[in-house]
Amino acid sequence: MSRVTKFAGRDLGPAARMSGFLAHLRANGLRLGVRETEVALQALTYVRAIDPEQARRALKPVCSGCAEDIARFDDLFDAYWCNGGRVAQKVMPSSQTSGSDSVHSSRDAKGESAGGAGQASTPDGGEGEAESDGEGKLIATRARNLMRKDLRDLVPPEEIAAAEAVARRLGAALRDRRSRRRKAARKGDRLHFRRLIRQSLSSGGEPLHLPMKRRPDRPLKIVALCDVSGSMTVYARVFLAFLAGLMRADTSADAYLFHTRLVRITEALRDKDAMRALGRMSLMADGFGGGSKIGASLDLFARSYARRFVDGRTVVLILSDGYDTDPPEAMAHALERLKKRGCRILWLNPLKGWDGYEPVARGMAAALPHLDLFRPANRLADLAALEPELARL
Amino acid sequence: MSFQDLKQNLAEVGYVASDDLAMAVHLALSLGRPLLLEGAAGVGKTEVARALAMVRDARLIRLQCYEGLDAAQAIYEWNYQRQLLAIRAAAEGGHTGREVEDRIFSEEFLLQRPLLQAIRQEVPPVLLIDEIDRADEEFEAYLLEVLSEFQITIPELGTIEAVTRPVVILTANGTRDLSDALRRRCLYAHVDYPDRSSELAILQARCPDIEEQLALQIIGFVQDLRKEDLEKVPGIAEMLDFAAALMGLGIADLTRDPVVLQASLATLLKTETDRANVTTEVAQRLAGKAA
Repeated sequence: MSRVTKFAGRDLGPAARMSGFLAHLRANGLRLGVRETEVALQALTYVRAIDPEQARRALKPVCSGCAEDIARFDDLFDAYWCNGGRVAQKVMPSSQTSGSDSVHSSRDAKGESAGGAGQASTPDGGEGEAESDGEGKLIATRARNLMRKDLRDLVPPEEIAAAEAVARRLGAALRDRRSRRRKAARKGDRLHFRRLIRQSLSSGGEPLHLPMKRRPDRPLKIVALCDVSGSMTVYARVFLAFLAGLMRADTSADAYLFHTRLVRITEALRDKDAMRALGRMSLMADGFGGGSKIGASLDLFARSYARRFVDGRTVVLILSDGYDTDPPEAMAHALERLKKRGCRILWLNPLKGWDGYEPVARGMAAALPHLDLFRPANRLADLAALEPELARL
Repeated sequence: MSFQDLKQNLAEVGYVASDDLAMAVHLALSLGRPLLLEGAAGVGKTEVARALAMVRDARLIRLQCYEGLDAAQAIYEWNYQRQLLAIRAAAEGGHTGREVEDRIFSEEFLLQRPLLQAIRQEVPPVLLIDEIDRADEEFEAYLLEVLSEFQITIPELGTIEAVTRPVVILTANGTRDLSDALRRRCLYAHVDYPDRSSELAILQARCPDIEEQLALQIIGFVQDLRKEDLEKVPGIAEMLDFAAALMGLGIADLTRDPVVLQASLATLLKTETDRANVTTEVAQRLAGKAA
């Protein structure tokens, strides 16, 4: 085993070292708060802390929160405590976490941090200096299209109105998931006993009025992810109009664009003026019509925004053709991770509308087992036709 | 008490824990924090709580979670039938409304469910919240509150403070993601399938009269079987069933009778595809390797 790290003489003692260790873990993507430092120190008082193996075992349950953390913990522990003055094992931050710094606990579950409210790549002023990426978060991309397209040219206002109507209908169809808990209601299928007893007190135990309870309908939330890569350009118009309509029809819905990156467009699309909303969106969609990294985008989504916005009462709607430059496993993993949030996943593929289409794109084939519904859609009418299917979900 | 002592004690009641798990349990006891156990089905997560209750000679209170679990099943409920009868009886006796109300909303008419029971024990019990990921998010949020405050408020009775703090063990097997808030409130341990020597120790602890030779073969067979591409990987309980089946059939050597071995695989393989994949040849190959 490598020797124990020698700390400098000016070091502030065990408490400072421990907080240094937790900072080291945080920097490597473990989600830890201030309280964990305290618990970690406390934990060491219950074991023989001078024995490195015991200390390691004791810190492990305190500092890790899921199976992945456990798997990385030993290396991280060695790197900090046992490097004997030199870096014995260099712990590289895992590539998956490098895309987002949402792991810092002080910004817990905030999603892509540079954005906060979702404008990860909004140019600073919104106008003028639009050539640079506002927050300086440039991620290397393959074949990014630097030509900017104005979506206002793409989507005429009357289509937004039509899309809004469709989106409203779809929203209504999805709005219906029976909760398993019962709530008091005027008409219900069970007696609300607690209330019954209270009320019958006044009538000497005679239950004159029978309060009922039932399983209320809980709305489902829609989260839409739209692919705007080059291969999708022809269909983008329909889908963007649909997204714009969806945002305006349903206040709880959430929307994202992805090509080689992922951008949250919810706030922009909520703009009261439909055309201005599209204008704002086109500023965000820089790279529109470029390459596609579906796997990476979905993975980033599953790790960041999904933690905040996706739960068991969510339907994730993916609008994409499934042509991906990432390996197909990446997409399958991302979808699997997303699925674990308990949501339903629908994939609308414009190519599926073609005669004789088979999901041969390798990514699409890998994705299929994780989808609840896989349907063609390349016109607004197709989206409208989904209504009965969504109602059955 | 050190974690080695605890490990020793757990072994005495028939639970063979890994060092990591023993340490996690030891810290959960020392720090008074809940312990979240994750791992595949059948690796003995629930069994930890049972063994721990035996070691501490404490009561085991179990709350099995499911979707739609609510306060009435998890915390408390009033005994409505008795309340109704009491109101009727009181009306006959000519009591005032106030008296009746005080009476029917008293402890006498309270049905205590697991969470409430757990905080009202004189001796700290082991509270097992099983398969927390099956419950919905509302319940998870409520549970967080109970686990941090250890008090429960009943509108009619007031706030009930914990008499003693129960040892809380939560288990999950990944039906859905748990919230970060819950994860951070708990100590965490991941329970894996045991390695060869631990599993052998488990088998010998549970079936003391098994022959050494057969025990070795069974463990080798099951361990190799887990490496096959299966839909449902056999857990420890399945392994014990398998051993019991073989002992019941009077088998002393796995390789001797392929037909019986194939038949007793019913205890290990629980889906049709798995049965179809593990053909007689595969089973024989695994058994031959284990022998």
